[in-house]
Amino acid sequence: MNLDELSKALELTLIAGETADKTWHGVYAGDLLSRAMSHVKLDNLWITIMSNANVIAVASLTEACAVILAEGVELLPEALDAAVDNGITVLSSTRTVNELCIAIHEAVAGRT
Amino acid sequence: MAENIRFHFDVDGENFTSAGEASVAVKKKLRQLGFSPDVIRKVSIAMYEGEINMVIHANGGTADVEVTDDEIVIVLADQGPGIPNVEMAMQEGYSTARDNIRALGFGAGMGLPNMKKYTDEMEIDTEVGVGTTITMKVYL
Repeated sequence: MNLDELSKALELTLIAGETADKTWHGVYAGDLLSRAMSHVKLDNLWITIMSNANVIAVASLTEACAVILAEGVELLPEALDAAVDNGITVLSSTRTVNELCIAIHEAVAGRT
Repeated sequence: MAENIRFHFDVDGENFTSAGEASVAVKKKLRQLGFSPDVIRKVSIAMYEGEINMVIHANGGTADVEVTDDEIVIVLADQGPGIPNVEMAMQEGYSTARDNIRALGFGAGMGLPNMKKYTDEMEIDTEVGVGTTITMKVYL
């Protein structure tokens, strides 16, 4: 399941970047940036409620596939600028982090 | 490589929004130079953590990166308060960051441990009231 398909299945809102032709592998959920820096892996989806520009820097450095903002959190303006400048895909959802993890699991499981 | 490649950055201590810019710039340059994703990840993470530390604790500083034939050397220097107890600062989870810093998602006490974890060598030269210089090496 690519990012575009997942985004549609979970009704995610695209905030920045694009979902087309993007492949993701694995998920990391967490808000402490040093933890994320250490654990987000190449092409991961990173689910967080943090919305400042540093999130974009971490997503860029770890080469995450996309950031998913949970609980309807909105990206701060400077973070949105950074996301656009660095080509980082940011999606959002009103679901909680836990609900998103379950929904992703179910979406993937439903396909296999 | 005929001559070592060097990058220099001034890290702005006032600006959390731009914190990480030097690391992102180095990452792009290393990618242009054709380094492996593994090497780029190590350098990026270690340098970002150091950059953030300088912004949080030392009102900024300088970051110098040198690419040689067999290693990438990162030198982060500041004139901040210094680290009173390096052994304690190296422990995962130990942090002296203020609450307003933690609210931004920092202060997990993973900065220095991550820097050590993702580099092959790390040396901390610090003096209370004078500043801190951290030298990290990633082998190629």
